[in-house]
Amino acid sequence: MATRYFGQRIRRNEDPRLLTGQALFTDDVNLPNMLHVAFYRSDYAHGKIISINTEEAKKRKGVIGVYTAEDLGDYWQRGPLLVPPPPIKDIVFNERTQVPLAKDKICHAGEAVVMVVAESRYIAEDAVEDLEVDIDPIDAVVDIEKALSDESPLVHDDIAKNMAAHVVQEKGSYSAIRDQADVVISKKFLYDRGTAAAMENRGVVANWDERNQQLTIWDTTQAPIPIRNGLASMLGLSQSQVRVIAPFIGGGFGPKIMMFYPEEVLIPWVSKKLKRPVKWIEDREENFFSTTQERGQVHEAEIAVSSDGKILGVRDVFIHDAGAYAPYGLTVPINSQCTLLGCYHVPNYYSEFTAVFTNKPIVTPYRGAGRQHGVFVMERLLDLAAQKLGITPVEIRSKNFIQQEDFPYNNEIIYQDFSPLIYDSGNYAPALKRAVELIEYDKFIKEEQPRLLKEGKRLGIGIVSYVEGTGIGPYEGARVTVEPSGKINLVTGIGTQGQGHFTSFAQIVSEVLDVPVADVRVVTGDTLEFGWGSGTFASRGAVVAGSACHEAAIAVKKKIKKLASEVLEASEEDLEVGNGKVQVKGVPDASISLGELAARANPLRGAVKPGTEPGLEATSYFGPSRGTTASGVHAIIVSVDPETFLVNIERYIVVHDCGRVINPMILDGQIQGGVAQGIGNAFYEQLCFDENGQLLNASFMDYLIPTSLDVPKIEGDHIETPSPLNPLGVKGAGEAGSIPVGALYAQAIENAFRDCDLEILEIPLSPNRLYELCSQAKECGEK
Amino acid sequence: MKICVTINGQKYERDVEPRTLLSDFLRHELELTGTHVGCEHGVCGACTILLNGEAIRSCIIFAVQVDGQELTTVEGLGEIDNLHPIQEAFREKHALQCGFCTPGFLMTLVPFLKENTQPSEQEIREAISGNLCRCTGYQNIVEAVKLAAKK
Repeated sequence: MATRYFGQRIRRNEDPRLLTGQALFTDDVNLPNMLHVAFYRSDYAHGKIISINTEEAKKRKGVIGVYTAEDLGDYWQRGPLLVPPPPIKDIVFNERTQVPLAKDKICHAGEAVVMVVAESRYIAEDAVEDLEVDIDPIDAVVDIEKALSDESPLVHDDIAKNMAAHVVQEKGSYSAIRDQADVVISKKFLYDRGTAAAMENRGVVANWDERNQQLTIWDTTQAPIPIRNGLASMLGLSQSQVRVIAPFIGGGFGPKIMMFYPEEVLIPWVSKKLKRPVKWIEDREENFFSTTQERGQVHEAEIAVSSDGKILGVRDVFIHDAGAYAPYGLTVPINSQCTLLGCYHVPNYYSEFTAVFTNKPIVTPYRGAGRQHGVFVMERLLDLAAQKLGITPVEIRSKNFIQQEDFPYNNEIIYQDFSPLIYDSGNYAPALKRAVELIEYDKFIKEEQPRLLKEGKRLGIGIVSYVEGTGIGPYEGARVTVEPSGKINLVTGIGTQGQGHFTSFAQIVSEVLDVPVADVRVVTGDTLEFGWGSGTFASRGAVVAGSACHEAAIAVKKKIKKLASEVLEASEEDLEVGNGKVQVKGVPDASISLGELAARANPLRGAVKPGTEPGLEATSYFGPSRGTTASGVHAIIVSVDPETFLVNIERYIVVHDCGRVINPMILDGQIQGGVAQGIGNAFYEQLCFDENGQLLNASFMDYLIPTSLDVPKIEGDHIETPSPLNPLGVKGAGEAGSIPVGALYAQAIENAFRDCDLEILEIPLSPNRLYELCSQAKECGEK
Repeated sequence: MKICVTINGQKYERDVEPRTLLSDFLRHELELTGTHVGCEHGVCGACTILLNGEAIRSCIIFAVQVDGQELTTVEGLGEIDNLHPIQEAFREKHALQCGFCTPGFLMTLVPFLKENTQPSEQEIREAISGNLCRCTGYQNIVEAVKLAAKK
């Protein structure tokens, strides 16, 4: 289908403002008479609060207020459970959500204990130093495997064995087929914790306007509408009295969908109490403790394979680190459980997990949201099985792919959106074939690798596949308005954190109404402009909000044609909309511009006919029945320095399938950025906690995120398998890049050391850790 | 303490506390909020500005230290309708996503491209290796610098 705007590489509408420093970020909000907040955060990961003395802090000049949990009175409430447990048989779920300020007990280092409000941030931080907080430390729960033992201390005194949840999902019967297998691989896998580290830290500015009885909040959230609804309820205001603006946001990656962070509850409250604007901006150190994190899981997994390389079944039992509280329910471990099945036909699957509370920062989804772990386990099992069978990683994957004719494919377990895990569409073999071609897999194995090894160079190749469940419900909405200027206003409820929504949503509408993309003004993330929706998460913006934009544009086009048929005295079928006007087909003189038509649709005199609405405007909603499944194949060639064990990426290929593509430039950017984050995650991004639950590397000096010297050029291609679940045929792409990198990296490193018995069963894998593993491996040590 | 600085060609005279960071002074005193703060310990490079033409990190220097000096921030580069060539190249090559780190990259690159008009890919990657970007994976930033150098 020929398109003018949809599918085109169109540069972004939002860039000029961002490039010139004119775009508004939360910390840019500066209001007269504004106060500033700093928090006292616990140095201990686990402890009882004995006493808090605020006397000295209150005396300091410029301090306006000092608040502890006691001072909040009835406003002190646990945060809401955002995602209830899914309807899975015999599920155990022990709910425990976060508090605005710690009362009695500290559950993780960095937990907020006291809020100080002052005339400046500098004074507020001085006053935090004045506080005397006496905390009696308790042994911390850090190691997730020990958390479940009888001897372990308890994070929450009333939750036995620190068990946050226990879930079993089963398809077929693994135990029944295990004995029929020719090869069974059984291993333990570790995937450790990292942090999203968006370049912009979190922040909240609240302004209670006493005379207008209106509360305005600027918040670095991915979910402005739920924040508004929740705050209205907590503060006893109507939803229309609260306006939440998620302005430009400096990267989200998941942790900014978490709600309610303590600061999101406290800053609006204190603004209302003091009747002054109040600002809190997180600093980088706070970000390492108070923004949510992800990834810690330990899996004991097994794959049963027949001699011809077919998967008979998989068994996986894992422990998931929930952190100190679990406001996001089971989204992350359910994603791990479901995504493990990957692109493969797995006839029998037994998956059991236990989520445990630990004295570490809260775990909620971070780009990939549990999918990494599942992919790592499955891809590693396949690699080990292939080795045992003497076939290549490419062969074992090809043999087990779900075939194109088998879609929709039912995995017979429940996904994070509570719907059955049914893949809507996919075509996996061509993506693998293309990646093999692009990376020249066979040539590398047969010619390059042996030749380079003779020169003393250790190079390895890896190739893995994955799926990504995207675009889940419940719904999003959009409003399209033709303005009298002839330009289009497009408003959606979801916020934006750099995904290019100002452009890709505009492209969708431009395609329907045939107006230039630059003439579509997009507004996102302001509850005053649009108040219905849920948020930007689970790679759903383009799928769900994008489809709503499309439906609203079609509805407006109908209105345009209806009114134009009256004005031009022609039947609607004879009209065409294009180039900013409506015209009778084949009669260029019989036309009217969209702007003029919009003015006529909103007359100052006369009557709007009964049963019609003024204006050329329409609001539409889109709610998919279930998520749509994207997929891809990544391939890599790495070289390992035999002295330092520094790993260098020589080539990186991505062949990705996210259905129809709205803007290939933006999509490539999403993939490249995702891979970069995956590289950090696989290579060296690891939050190191000591036995007291103390984070040892809470700065960018010690927690390394990839730089321009670490991320290679990413090459690739796209396969387009449209989704049948939305009118655009699109699938989400936000998280894909980061998901398979750990598995890919492990396979390539093993391949580089194929003459040793090196097994990579853990991620991340720094050069130090790789050196240790190589030293331990037989054969490797002396090389 | 009274200080006098010239920023983007305009003179400012202000009383500041000696401990005020230059980044805070720019952002909160003068409302030049295009300069962003990402880490406050000199690693991420988001707060990079020019001090007498040289790229520096405004989060690890005090405002009083630049008394009498000349600064350039991202607001002094180009305008929405009239982008600087490096800004234009960033837009053309999709070298920004959330845009938070972008001003720091731009201010690092302006003096770099002045001194090195035909940089190699490796030189570009080294030049921006002190600026962190969490969205793009750097590839398109490298492409944008190549394009800007051509212009």
